[in-house]
Amino acid sequence: MISKLDLVLAGVGGQGTLVAGKLLGRVALKAGLDVRVSEVHGMAQRGGSVITYVRMAPNVHSPVVEPGQADFVLAFEQLEALRWAHLLARDGVLLMNMSRVIPMSVGMGQARYPDAVAAALQQAGDGRAVIRALDATRLAREAGSEKAVNIVMLGAMAHFLDIAPDVFTEAIDDVFPLKLQGINQKAFQAGFAIMKENTGA
Amino acid sequence: MKEILLGNEAVAAGAYAAGVKVISSYPGTPSTEITEAAARYERIWCEWAPNEKVALEVAIGASLAGARAMTCMKHVGLNVAADPLFTSSYTGVNGGLVIIVADDPGMHSSQNEQDSRHYARAAKLPLFEPADSQECQDMVLAAFALSERFDTPVLVRLTTRVSHTRAPVALAEIQEQAVKPYQKDVRKHVMMPAMAIARHAAVEQRLVQLGLDSASGGLHEIDLRSGKLGIVTSGIASQYVREALPDASVFKLGLVWPLPVDALRDFAARVDRLVVVEELDPVIETEMKAAGIACEGKALLTPLGEYSASLLRRDLSGQPDPESALPREQLEAAPARPPVMCAGCPHKGLFMALSRLKLIVTGDIGCYTLGAINPTNAMDTCVCMGASVGMAHGMDKATDGEFSRRTVAVIGDSTFLHSGMTGLLNSVYNRSDSTILILDNSITGMTGHQQNPATGRDIRLHEAPAVDLEALCRVLGAASVRVVDPADTWQVEQVVSEEVARSGVSVIIARRPCALIPTGKGRPENAVRLDRDRCRRCKACIRIMCPALTAGPDGYPVIDPNSCNGCGLCVRVCRFDALKRGGEQA
Ligand SMILES: Cc1ncc(C[n+]2csc(CCOP(=O)(O)OP(=O)(O)O)c2C)c(N)n1
Repeated sequence: MISKLDLVLAGVGGQGTLVAGKLLGRVALKAGLDVRVSEVHGMAQRGGSVITYVRMAPNVHSPVVEPGQADFVLAFEQLEALRWAHLLARDGVLLMNMSRVIPMSVGMGQARYPDAVAAALQQAGDGRAVIRALDATRLAREAGSEKAVNIVMLGAMAHFLDIAPDVFTEAIDDVFPLKLQGINQKAFQAGFAIMKENTGA
Repeated sequence: MKEILLGNEAVAAGAYAAGVKVISSYPGTPSTEITEAAARYERIWCEWAPNEKVALEVAIGASLAGARAMTCMKHVGLNVAADPLFTSSYTGVNGGLVIIVADDPGMHSSQNEQDSRHYARAAKLPLFEPADSQECQDMVLAAFALSERFDTPVLVRLTTRVSHTRAPVALAEIQEQAVKPYQKDVRKHVMMPAMAIARHAAVEQRLVQLGLDSASGGLHEIDLRSGKLGIVTSGIASQYVREALPDASVFKLGLVWPLPVDALRDFAARVDRLVVVEELDPVIETEMKAAGIACEGKALLTPLGEYSASLLRRDLSGQPDPESALPREQLEAAPARPPVMCAGCPHKGLFMALSRLKLIVTGDIGCYTLGAINPTNAMDTCVCMGASVGMAHGMDKATDGEFSRRTVAVIGDSTFLHSGMTGLLNSVYNRSDSTILILDNSITGMTGHQQNPATGRDIRLHEAPAVDLEALCRVLGAASVRVVDPADTWQVEQVVSEEVARSGVSVIIARRPCALIPTGKGRPENAVRLDRDRCRRCKACIRIMCPALTAGPDGYPVIDPNSCNGCGLCVRVCRFDALKRGGEQA
């Protein structure tokens, strides 16, 4: 069973980071841990970058995950992986959804969307971290809704955790209404399974 | 099992447990979710007031009538409510009265970074500062008890990190509160000089008593560890202290005003070095120094922004930060995602028109403040809610009418009803030639869709009387009141040009609902489509910066049918007829 977990959920408004954070709060309670889930509100709907910090341990103080402290960085989009990668601790795990959400400055040709983000992260990590990319958006679609990309990401993370998977599956049923539970359970399994198959980035 | 609640939800839970009967608030990040969460408890009368001054006055009335009452606002809201605040300190309470004020260190979504604790000193009121969700609930309960015991309104100060962090809460037992009997008491409730002179003396006495009581009743936590370093702190800063300085002895204040001076003096005597760690202003530090307790504070730590564990490590312990596996220096910088107006936002077309007219625009606060930045850059000022109207009049008078020929005030519907109405009255009364554009998107957008007196719904979405904005402006004396559709930028340009040229006060109401209000029309089949044969790749449509329309790698626009809500703004700017509304022949 885990005794301490610091992670960040990085995405853009509307990608479901807030719901994923809520769900992890339930997971912590079930694991008997104290927890803080710190959200960015306000600008979330307006296409901004959205970060949610989750910290669980027997006793948590600061609600913020600081540079070099995250056991996991779950990036829902490539640019956000790049933006928040520095939070990752040595030997931490960065999971990146391969989708891209083009920021306005790039759409207008004033900035460039970096290419080969996964490779750049691998290179910078230089073996100090585990970096995996996955097509979570596709897996979510296959599970029944692209909106479930957040739960695919949690499934992928769960693969690396020493925590009974039913803690997650129960939390999913706690957080979602009945008609969305099936899709999200499937999405969770899909994320979990893909990490078994896929070994490189 | 415990519940996981946002700090704001925990405040509402505390109010519910305390038997609160009336909550009147005006929205403002990061305080908004408190009143929204409270509205889920049917027993509480919850309402959105048009502004914070009215909200506090409602709460004072409820308190004097005998009920427990609360009002919630963001830091700048307390400026608006400051007038009743200072004198309610004199009248005291009947049912407990608690004022929640949420500060925003780091300015995640605010126009300034003021420290509301100064109001506690200035109005001579006790102030609690919770550090997490559990304390939010518990301190609200304590605040109501203190309010009734000491016959005083009580402030509870939150900060963004506390308001917007979820944490476990053991829910408190519900206290049934009967409404206390009302007593007419002219000497206490009618503040004219003869009565107020006596009440001021009572307030000073109360403050001394509160200070003496604080050591036992102030919910402080004293954690004695090493004698080398002692920290006095409160609220969220105490969390960073515990994270960064595990060996330090800590005096964590619950009641931050008035201070438990003797207890702090004892604590100071037990440590070699004493540092006050508080975000923003040196409120605690200054008061401790005035009481002759030697300490350090802002000489070491910044008065700007939010603190963090790593900031405290750097400035106080010299301990290194954990090492990042992916140091920032080794990675390409990610292009920023500044906030932009939503796809289909009615404000966008309006600002495109203002941008083309090259007017001076006195602006105001709301989603439309984004009109100040790219791509429209059509706003000259933004100070506080309601300011646009008075400022346009001031510019008119400063230039003997010259500016009024090329100036408009721009203000949202909620903001106009908050404090623009009085500005309009002033402009009319003082013979202004100014022009005021009310952006009526039928909602309080910026803070996440709260109802207001013009929307026809109350906080629980029940039907409510809706003010008629046209009639209101006419009755306040506007010489001309016209309504335009902001998506029709050509019409907007036309009408604005005419009204700016006209003498007397003109009001133009630009009416179109916020794009995020569900209408059922935002379906993919209604999305705009591109006719590639006609498109010349001129980028006119790209330049409007719609989140649903971006430039593809080949230079042709790409429309995301899931984000497009079919407003047609891009269709209007296309000179080659290459963009078609959904349903039209492509
Ligand atoms: C005194 C004060 N109270 C509250 C706020 C928070 N706030 C900022 S904008 C806004 C309302 C905006 O609504 P509206 O004028 O209708 O414009 P919209 O965002 O819908 O375009 C509020 C409540 C503030 N900045 N100042």
